[in-house]
Amino acid sequence: MTTAPSAGMTRRSAAYLATHPRVRLALILSAPLTWLALVYVVALALLLVTALWTVDGFTGQISPTWTLDNLRTVVTGALYRTVTLRTVGVALLVTVIDVVIALPIAFYMAKVASPRAQRLLVIAVLMPLWASYLVKAYAWRSVLSQDGLLNWLVAPVGLQGPGYGLPATVITLSYLWLPYVILPIYAGLEKVPNSLLEASADLGAPPWRTLSSVVLPLALPAIIAGTIFSFSLSLGDYITVTIVGGTSQMLGNLVYTNVGAANNLPLAAAIALVPIVIIFGYLALVRRTGALDNL
Amino acid sequence: MHLGRPTRGLLAAITGLTLAVIYLPLVVVLINSFSSSTSLSWPPPGFTLEWWVRTANSAGARDAVVTSVGVALASTVIALVLGTLVAIALQRYDFFGRSTVNLLVILPIALPGIVTGIALNNFFRTIAGVPLSIWTVVVAHATFCIVTVFNNAVARLRRTGTRLEEASADLGAGGWTTFRLVTFPQLRSALLAGGLLAFALSFDEIIVTTFTAGSGVTTLPIFILNNMFRPNQAPVVAVIAVVLVVVSVVPIYLAQRLSAADVDRR
Repeated sequence: MTTAPSAGMTRRSAAYLATHPRVRLALILSAPLTWLALVYVVALALLLVTALWTVDGFTGQISPTWTLDNLRTVVTGALYRTVTLRTVGVALLVTVIDVVIALPIAFYMAKVASPRAQRLLVIAVLMPLWASYLVKAYAWRSVLSQDGLLNWLVAPVGLQGPGYGLPATVITLSYLWLPYVILPIYAGLEKVPNSLLEASADLGAPPWRTLSSVVLPLALPAIIAGTIFSFSLSLGDYITVTIVGGTSQMLGNLVYTNVGAANNLPLAAAIALVPIVIIFGYLALVRRTGALDNL
Repeated sequence: MHLGRPTRGLLAAITGLTLAVIYLPLVVVLINSFSSSTSLSWPPPGFTLEWWVRTANSAGARDAVVTSVGVALASTVIALVLGTLVAIALQRYDFFGRSTVNLLVILPIALPGIVTGIALNNFFRTIAGVPLSIWTVVVAHATFCIVTVFNNAVARLRRTGTRLEEASADLGAGGWTTFRLVTFPQLRSALLAGGLLAFALSFDEIIVTTFTAGSGVTTLPIFILNNMFRPNQAPVVAVIAVVLVVVSVVPIYLAQRLSAADVDRR
């Protein structure tokens, strides 16, 4: 009987909640929203704030003194310009390579393969996507090493592999993000109705004409969705270039060095703003194509 | 569009070739883990189980596995709770800012890892004054794991609809009872799939981890990265890499099976 009052209270609060969906919603949302807002939104906003602070030269502590120096360094410094151009160049090259490789595969999967083969191919593409990023980069380190598989393969024809460096970084990054590019393009091509392809053929268009005038325009948003992955993931990468890039540096390396060894978090935050600005610029550029709905 | 046999054959060949290139490096790692060469040389001069034995007996590797499993379990539990709550809120209620909340859940995985990593590093160290530890890794991992649970739960809630929940309410059950006896049993396998994905995602993660881990915290990916550049450690790294692939791919496979079985049953 001692539980009676609390049971009555439980019933009363249940009745209250049943008739007040807004309160119910607030209760449900409070924990996840607090977490995401505090841990993520606030953290992102404060990254911008920290970029405007400075590090005390003597104590190594961050002091909240407002300054534009970090941003000025990043925008005008020759090193940062070189590395930014290199990083964007690598990201663009990786994206182009991935799209060129992904298009025929995605097309084969979506429009040529039998339904059974189609299912198997999706699994075959999906499984390595989930294999560890680090392991895949390490795998290419083995393949590209001085007496690794690649040099062994091309030695008989008198060639030599690229070794570690920027080309190796481009190869490895293209490899890493390829499944991310294939899958959205495949999904986009799947949605292109076969009847349209037949109509185009019936009207006398040769296959290449159907491809360029019907398939590509319809699949474009999906293709761009794929490029968002490869471009944005390459821009922020620093592990791959550490593993196979030799001494080359990308933006991520500069961020990492300044967080760790150089202990200049404000400068690191300012450098991190570069990929953020570029990615948001890219997203704004492609938003009108409807690519974001294909992510 | 009628493609000729040669075109179809060419497309099939390109697809096959690309898949071969996709799998080849992973096979090389597997073979290297049995190689008697310590420097990744190809072809392997001989085969040995030494590296597997040595890895199994390595205290560092064992500790790293324990750390990684612990981090992945803790982040998965947090992600399960928060992801389920967001999924219910977005799928069962209509409110102002709904699409913003949706974007908020996806953002940690949409932005490059380095942005998430440095933002959290800065937040913990500079703003909150919390020293980096294993818990800061858990917080970071949980944040980007929410989306996998959320995606699975939302898809399930959309499919099951609200009829059973309404019936439960009509029969006099309160909100909690309805969740416990009606909503949760319907969600269970979707949450299991989402949880497995979250576990695998956390187990593999390296970039955000390097930014949020305290100096003594060594997850398996960090262990690999630390040992990769040490001479003569290459085969041990290959062994751990194989283990990492198996440990992360098995949960993914199970998760896919769970989601697929679910679609078939319908």
